[in-house]
Amino acid sequence: MFSYFIRRLLTAIPVMLVVALSVFLLLRLSPGDPATIIAGDMANPEQVANIRRALGLDEPILTQFLLWIGNLLQGDLGTSLISQTTVSSMIAQRLEPTVSLALAAILITVLIAVPLGVIAAWRQGSWIDNLVMSVSVVGFSVPVFVIAYLLIQVFAIELRWLPVQGFRGLDKGLGEFLSRLILPALTLSSVYIALIARMTRASMLEVLREDYIRTARAKGLSQRVVLFRHALRNAAVPILTVVGAGFAMMVSGVVVTESVFNIPGLGRLIVDAVLARDYPVIQALILLTAGLYVVINLLIDLSYAITDPRIRY
Amino acid sequence: MSQTPYSPLSGARTLPRLLSGISRKRPRGATLVAAIVLLLIVAMAIFAPWLTQHDPSEIAPAQRLQGMSAEHWLGTDAYGRDLFARVIYGAQVSLTVGVGVALATLLVGLPLGLLAGYFRSIDAVLMRFMDGLMAIPGILAAIAIVSLTSANLWTLMIAIMIPEIPQVVRLIRSQVLSIREEAYVEAAQLMGTPTLTIIWRHLMPNTLAPLIVQCTYICAAAILTEATLSFLGVGLSSETPTWGNIMADGRTFFQLKPSLIFWAGLLLSLCILSINLLGDAARDALDPKMQRREG
Amino acid sequence: MNAVLKVENLQVETVGGKPRSILKGISFEIHAGETLCLVGESGSGKSVSSLATMDLLPQGALRASGGRILLDGEDLLQASPARLAELRGSRMAMIFQEPMTALNPVLSVGRQLDEVLAQHTDDNAATRRQRVLAALEQVHLPDIERIYASYPHQLSGGQRQRIMIAMALLLEPRLLIADEPTTALDVTTQHQILKLIRELQEKHGTAVLFITHDMGVVADIADRVCVMHLGTLVEQGPLREVLSTPQQAYTRDLLAAVPSLTPRAPRPASGPRLVLDVAELHKVYAGPRRLWWRKRSSTAAVQNVSFQLYEGRTLGIVGESGSGKSTVARCVMRLIDPTSGAIRVRGQDISDLSAAALKPHRQRIQMIFQDPYRSLNPRRSVAQSLIEGPMNYGVPREQAMARAAELLSLVGLPEDSLQRFPHQFSGGQRQRIAIARALAMEPSVIVADEAVSALDVSVQAQVLALLDDIQKRLGIAVLFITHDLRVAAQICDDVLVMQRGQVVEYGPAQQVLGAPKADYTRQLIEVAPGRSWDFAAFAPAL
Repeated sequence: MFSYFIRRLLTAIPVMLVVALSVFLLLRLSPGDPATIIAGDMANPEQVANIRRALGLDEPILTQFLLWIGNLLQGDLGTSLISQTTVSSMIAQRLEPTVSLALAAILITVLIAVPLGVIAAWRQGSWIDNLVMSVSVVGFSVPVFVIAYLLIQVFAIELRWLPVQGFRGLDKGLGEFLSRLILPALTLSSVYIALIARMTRASMLEVLREDYIRTARAKGLSQRVVLFRHALRNAAVPILTVVGAGFAMMVSGVVVTESVFNIPGLGRLIVDAVLARDYPVIQALILLTAGLYVVINLLIDLSYAITDPRIRY
Repeated sequence: MSQTPYSPLSGARTLPRLLSGISRKRPRGATLVAAIVLLLIVAMAIFAPWLTQHDPSEIAPAQRLQGMSAEHWLGTDAYGRDLFARVIYGAQVSLTVGVGVALATLLVGLPLGLLAGYFRSIDAVLMRFMDGLMAIPGILAAIAIVSLTSANLWTLMIAIMIPEIPQVVRLIRSQVLSIREEAYVEAAQLMGTPTLTIIWRHLMPNTLAPLIVQCTYICAAAILTEATLSFLGVGLSSETPTWGNIMADGRTFFQLKPSLIFWAGLLLSLCILSINLLGDAARDALDPKMQRREG
Repeated sequence: MNAVLKVENLQVETVGGKPRSILKGISFEIHAGETLCLVGESGSGKSVSSLATMDLLPQGALRASGGRILLDGEDLLQASPARLAELRGSRMAMIFQEPMTALNPVLSVGRQLDEVLAQHTDDNAATRRQRVLAALEQVHLPDIERIYASYPHQLSGGQRQRIMIAMALLLEPRLLIADEPTTALDVTTQHQILKLIRELQEKHGTAVLFITHDMGVVADIADRVCVMHLGTLVEQGPLREVLSTPQQAYTRDLLAAVPSLTPRAPRPASGPRLVLDVAELHKVYAGPRRLWWRKRSSTAAVQNVSFQLYEGRTLGIVGESGSGKSTVARCVMRLIDPTSGAIRVRGQDISDLSAAALKPHRQRIQMIFQDPYRSLNPRRSVAQSLIEGPMNYGVPREQAMARAAELLSLVGLPEDSLQRFPHQFSGGQRQRIAIARALAMEPSVIVADEAVSALDVSVQAQVLALLDDIQKRLGIAVLFITHDLRVAAQICDDVLVMQRGQVVEYGPAQQVLGAPKADYTRQLIEVAPGRSWDFAAFAPAL
């Protein structure tokens, strides 16, 4: 178990290095020169050169990379070119909305998608299976922002049950917080529900064909025990894998959802940074997201070891 | 290691083989409807200049936000542009991006996947690199690439393609890893068939079926990503009629006039849905066991 | 006395638009304490009969469409699902072919046994634990407390099958259905498991429905036999009667196809030429490196194996799984690189040649694989498969095609097979194509790795006859890897017995199999199923 953990941890290092290198190169080798952008259209070449020196952009590219990595390791994510505040403090300000949104969406997803997938697999070919599958294909295909506007149209504009947009922190009261969180969280979870329900079904179907399921039935166990004790635990590994791989989808969903519902979170931060060409912020956010992806997948790998005794070596 | 004395003689083992093809029944209707819808959208994109005499980019401030009329079938947007023209021309960009990205991903991903699957030395390095690429969420990578370069159709397609490549490489690699264990590949080795010929003749054709399925999903995903980028304002310039741009433009007046968003959203959803349904149908036809793309 | 299980005119068909009949009305009965063997080749419907009895037919694919299945007089086809669940595990139980996959990998063994009791009895946890431990004891498992806490992957195949038996017999069911329970096991383990089933059956008076394709196993354990073929019951009767005076032609052919355990007389060497000379072959596998600062563990798969093979002769390498026999074959073929030792093909040592230097010698030695369904590329026509090798060595296309046509008729396939694809052929036909493909290279040696193990016994007999015929005509030497002593006895001139990577005994077949010197060889022969009976002669073995 310990050596498994260490090995998993070690494989994360080259991955993060590749990520850091590609993020760095992407921004440094692309045609736009940050110094020119900061200086603005009216600047003369001397001003541009000064800014470039101040940013360390006149150093050799390798030195720049090492400096950047060195700063990162010390916890310094850089300073925004536009607002001149540190990137870490900008992120800290925007953390609450995004985390609330993501957690709410994951909770909704797990509560809805896994039971639906299990039932669809158990009753393969029945109307309920067909319904789950159809709804999931649709959920998978309709873009997040289309779903967002449908929900707004129905629940905020026609029925007037919930506010159209905005975000209130938990400190403003639970009611305010939840009423503004429900629609964005539903929007964000729609794709995820489709994905997880489909995967749960596929994985369960695979497992239900296994010999040990036949053994379990031959023992006279009840349908519920066969489905949940014997099948779902074995089906868990592919489902968890998809939860990890679906992280990319989650990020995309967060960016779009925050934009539609006007939520001041990390997704908005990155879109704003891109529109303003605020390189340090873009770099730091991509790197952090990738780091989060690696950590989540590491945790998922570890959870395999808990679900499946064969991995504990 | 020696093989276990395995024998498929027993009925219990032959049963699944006996049953394959019997137990699968899927609604054919949905696939047919999807194909028709997609054909209509393709036709719409190709024949756009004949379907409307309006220029999708022509601004007419005097005619802004009009309702449906004989002149403007779907009304006009906030700049007075004809919404119907914008919506049907929007199909051109979406389909070009979808098909272009799918083909390009295939052309880049297939050779990389074959090499990674067959040569262990290449595998270690290449797959670490792919893991790194996978770790950067596609939308962020695409946003960054598009915003740093000037957004045109080419950079847009490259930006959408790069995050999709690792998926294809991984798929092909895993296929190759299992196929190269097959006895017929070993037999070819023993018959003195050169390595590259083995890859081309015995491995590549057997990876194509899942690859085609994957490519339809990538096509749908690329259309979705392009629309998302446009919608966020970081895609093609806002005069270009794309479904994402149309919806982004419509946001301001959405509560006043929902149809500004509705038609583009509907066509976009239908387009992606049809491609995904056709992908599902292809998957079921080619290999019932293959699982849907992840993420 | 009433039958425990009485099957009357049972019919099973596929579900769907055009139902296909899988079981065409079969009837049999089993009494307490009796073993009934359902024997037949693939597609005979023997497994379907047992699954129908347990109500375990794959849902949405097969269904019982007629007849009755009476368990102690109660018709199972009319019983409610709840009643069937109640009967399963308590009154009737089943053990399956694949012990490796029949147990749930994520639950401990104890828990899986315990849930049978939890489901069917009101015992408390402590009592249940005692009963489970007693059951594990009864199937002669060592260290039962440890086994109770183990997960399936920590146990061997034989141990897992014992656990399946313990599980099946926990509640002393009236009927035990065993579906090929020993097919995936080595002969030694098979022997022990059969003995165990017999012992427990006598102790509890259980009626056993035993499904198998192996006539040897039938001869050892059956009281009565039902022979099945294509969904019908061809013949049934007491064991001795069916084996000695079969009434139906099908039964007679089936019995005649079972190879005899008596080794054939050695053939005179057709030429003095030594074509394959393996000397002191070693293969060591390095274990996975868990962490880079730890040492790798290593396993010696093959140690010090030497043998000689002359033109026109057949050498059999015999052993159980893990004996290293396939590793030897793969080393000889250079599919894997030997750690040390020499492999001389017609005098040239190929053991350490580079890929390029190896190419001219590859032609001399070709291979036939175990699984006919995986040895031909499904996307290439038979002709393409047959000419690929010769064309690699510069034979012009037309010449290669002409040769391919000749080879097809040599292996007994119609000439129009050339343009067809592998899926259009049966397993036996595919194995013929694979033989033709090997012959196309005009090799001096053919290595056949379990080449007939995946085939039904009648097909197996035909393929063996073909190999023999080709060898006579072309003077090729054959290295035959097999776990089956009967097959070895039938076609080998010399036999080499392997155990745990080492040679136990090596010599002429008549001597090794007829008068073995090594204990291990003797033991292998003793546990070979059905050795008291000579099937082809319809009489007890001499």
